[in-house]
Amino acid sequence: MKNLFLVAYLDVKESLRSKWFYVYSVVFGGLMALFFISGVSDSVVMGFTGLSRMLLIFIQVTIIILPIFILITTVKSISGDRESNVLEYMLSFPVSLKDYYWGKMLGRFLTVFMPVFLALLLGVVFGLLKGGALPWKMVFLYSAFLFSLSFVFLGLAFFLSTLVKSTDIALGGSFVVWIVMLAFIDIGLIGLMLQNRMNDGLIVFLAMLNPIEVFRIGAISLFDPELTVIGPVAYYILDTLGSTWLIIYAIFYPIVIGALLSYFGYIAFRKKDLL
Amino acid sequence: MLVVAEKVSKQFMGSKVLDSVNITINKGDRIAMMGPNGAGKTTLVRAMLGFYHINSGKITVNGHDPVKERVKVLENISFIPQLPPPVKLSIEELLLYIGRSSGIPRERVLQEAGRMDLDIQKHISKPFFKLSGGMKQKLLIAIALSKESDLLIFDEPTANLDPKGREKFYELLTEIDESCSTLFITHRLDEIKGLVNRQIYMDLGKVVEDEKI
Ligand SMILES: Nc1ncnc2c1ncn2[C@@H]1O[C@H](COP(=O)(O)OP(=O)(O)OP(=O)(O)O)[C@@H](O)[C@H]1O
Ligand SMILES: [Mg+2]
Repeated sequence: MKNLFLVAYLDVKESLRSKWFYVYSVVFGGLMALFFISGVSDSVVMGFTGLSRMLLIFIQVTIIILPIFILITTVKSISGDRESNVLEYMLSFPVSLKDYYWGKMLGRFLTVFMPVFLALLLGVVFGLLKGGALPWKMVFLYSAFLFSLSFVFLGLAFFLSTLVKSTDIALGGSFVVWIVMLAFIDIGLIGLMLQNRMNDGLIVFLAMLNPIEVFRIGAISLFDPELTVIGPVAYYILDTLGSTWLIIYAIFYPIVIGALLSYFGYIAFRKKDLL
Repeated sequence: MLVVAEKVSKQFMGSKVLDSVNITINKGDRIAMMGPNGAGKTTLVRAMLGFYHINSGKITVNGHDPVKERVKVLENISFIPQLPPPVKLSIEELLLYIGRSSGIPRERVLQEAGRMDLDIQKHISKPFFKLSGGMKQKLLIAIALSKESDLLIFDEPTANLDPKGREKFYELLTEIDESCSTLFITHRLDEIKGLVNRQIYMDLGKVVEDEKI
């Protein structure tokens, strides 16, 4: 266990120095800050629709940026370490595979989630300074959704990069998964429904499987349950499940999938050649 | 017996890279391992270190299975890879990793490096991969020598060293404890002739020659 935290600590330190982390922090953290500063605190000025539009843009940006950022940087670093023989050297010291794998996972998670979380805190502090009443429940639930979304994609990244030996193939695989998930958020789903006259139940089922769609429905429902932009499938799900169950589902489903994927990745790490 | 490899075979994508290899390494053995490029030397070493799941045969190090009990096996082995890896950690962090995981005191590494005319303190917060090729190699050697092991494995350790560095390196090797076994993979036997007492020749995944000298 002591080596697990050591590996995590060193991974965080390494990430803090890397360029991707800065780009990520600036893009994502900056957006988050912008959203809280102008969105939440000025909602009185901008009016309700103004705020909703702001939030919607922010959610769409999260949906696109967060997954691909996590996938690319994680896959690159994990498979890259193997291809460049860094892994060979680091694992020639008496560190158990368990400590190494889960340490890396913990470290990665911290680096991915930290900027988002800090930006959130920044927003909260800003809101408090401005004296407005903060929507605490919303802030908390939204961070929980972000947590789940980060976790599921981190799990996927670890799974792909331990299963597939080559960085290029693992990266390609990540792109395909990401594009497919993006394409199958509500708009894509309706198209499918219209063209193929598919069973409604199947379409809803597909939507519920897709972590990006789950995040999207959860996040939008949190801010504005009546929003029409949400799309018919999402609306149907929201209507059927009720908002409480939807929120619970949107928090726990991605965590379960992420945990399963990272566990399968761990099995592959142990059962396959390390190099 | 330190290392016992019995009928070890390993395939990569259908081609046999290790073909029924038998080797035992005893206490005090100083081995020069040679063979053409692609003979399987690095693969054999990696199998001993538990990186590969071999297809058949058995390897034990101090009686332990390198894959299933990797921590116990690696506690007693020092290893220098064929090429210095582009580790992005700073020297400081690398020494922390090594110190915590293997109990090597930092001062010890600095001291060993100093004996090869490498002043690490000056570069301590640089990322490892930004050191010059020879400096990387020297630091890896210093780390390996600082670790109290039963077996030192060097996969062509001198490739990047200048002549003086090479000389210093061999000088340090003469000081290694008698009871510690060494395995050098090398293409230049003449350089380490005085340091070894056994030579193994590999070709096409087989040990073709194994003799005391
Ligand atoms: N991870 C791997 N996947 C597929 N093939 C591999 C892998 N590692 C080694 N090989 C192949 O196994 C053979 C033996 O490689 P190895 O690195 O053991 O040779 P070597 O004796 O160390 O050669 P050199 O003197 O050039 O270092 C080579 O043909 C190599 O292409
Ligand atoms: Mg080799």
